[in-house]
Formats: sequence, C-alpha cells, structure tokens
Amino acid sequence: MTALLIRSMLMVFFAGIIGSFGAVFLKLGAARLNQSILSFANARLVWGVGLYLGSSVVYTLALRGGQLSVLYPMVSLGYIWTILWARLLFHEAFTKQKIAGLALILLGVALVGVGGS
Amino acid sequence: MSTVSTQPPSQSDRAARRRSTIAVAACTVFGAAAQILFKIGMSPGHFVPTLTGLATNVPLITGYVCYGVFTVVLVLALRQGELSMLYPIISLTYVWVTLASYWLLHEPPNWYKNLGVATIVIGVAVLGRGEHK
Repeated sequence: MTALLIRSMLMVFFAGIIGSFGAVFLKLGAARLNQSILSFANARLVWGVGLYLGSSVVYTLALRGGQLSVLYPMVSLGYIWTILWARLLFHEAFTKQKIAGLALILLGVALVGVGGS
Repeated sequence: MSTVSTQPPSQSDRAARRRSTIAVAACTVFGAAAQILFKIGMSPGHFVPTLTGLATNVPLITGYVCYGVFTVVLVLALRQGELSMLYPIISLTYVWVTLASYWLLHEPPNWYKNLGVATIVIGVAVLGRGEHK
C-alpha cells in the first residue's frame, strides 16, 4: 500500500466523519422547519448543508490518490458515525443487528482494502 | 425513523412504499454515475485547481448534480419508506460503482474487492433490519 493511497483512505474516513456531523445538523435543522420559507434559513440547516458540501469536497480530493473501486466502498464506514451519533444524541437503540451490520461493513472494507493493495 | 402500525397497511400506504422503493432503486444509478463522474473530473487530464478550471470541469459539475439528485431523493424516500427495505436497495450503489470502475475506468478487478463489496451490501442490509421494529 502506497503512502498516497493511505492518505486518500484517511481523507475518505475523515470526510465520513464531517458528513455524519452534517447529517446531525440536518436532522436538528429539519425539526425547526415550518410553513414559512424563511425557516429554511435556520443556522442548523445551513451548517448541515455546509458540512455535507465540505465532506464531499474532501472526498472528491481523496479520489485523486486511489482507485474508485477501493475508495468508494470505504464510504460505508460513515454508518459507524451515523449509528454512534444517533445513540449518543438522539438516544436511538443500539441493537444486535446494528452491531452485526457494522461488523460486516468493517470486514467488507478490510477485504476491499486488501484487494486494492 | 420507521413507524410502527398496529393496523394492516392500507392500499395508499403500500402504493407510497412502492413509489419510494422504485425512486430509491432508480436513484442508485444517479449515485453511481456521480462517483464515476467525480473520478473522471478529478483525473489529471481534467482537474485544474483554479476557479476557471473548476467552473469548466464538466464531469465534476455533472457529478455534483447527480450527487445532489441522489441525496435529495434518498432523504425524501427515507422519510416515508421502510428502512429495512430501502437500506439494501441503497447499498446496490456499491455494486454499480464497483462494476463501473472495472468496465468504464478499467480498474483491476479481483475477488477481494468483489467479496468485500458483497460483505458490505449484506452488512448494510443487516443494519436496515436493525432499524426495523
């Protein structure tokens, strides 16, 4: 595995963390929407969209340093953060299925990583 | 996000669910197209890190448009659809991107990648079942 590929993988990983915060802010912002069009300009929603855009910029920059067939599957690591924040911030349950699903995703990403090196 | 209903789903519920499913399945194609376009747009031949360079990068811009459509359709569908049904369909994007990387971008295929993507798809499907109450 080259240093460039590792750097790209770390960037995809980091983009996933930024994007997961974007999702949290979008959820918080969506809760504040009402009939008024002005409610779309709420700070939480704007942060959510901004973080999402920032995340996709980091992700596209990462694509310069590796194969798409290796880097794109790593996007699935984002589910880890989504489930963690849902648990910590929105008190959604941590079920056995979620843990099993995350374990399979990690295994899959590891396999793809082996295939790319 | 999914709601628990004690009554059997009505005709209109089922129709709405079917519409969500079809919309999501169609939008995985947009999601995969976005990825291929991103990769082409970021390749040395296309990527110029200046304002004009970015503004005239057709694959990259088209990629962002596809990605935007993909994201908006997903968010709308996830609001009313059954997650245990939609998650596995969304994860098809991983399959399309892998196949398109092989066929369109000529990236080397191998069994580790194929097995890895299959494992991820199963993992996402299991996650979706975890959301289903």
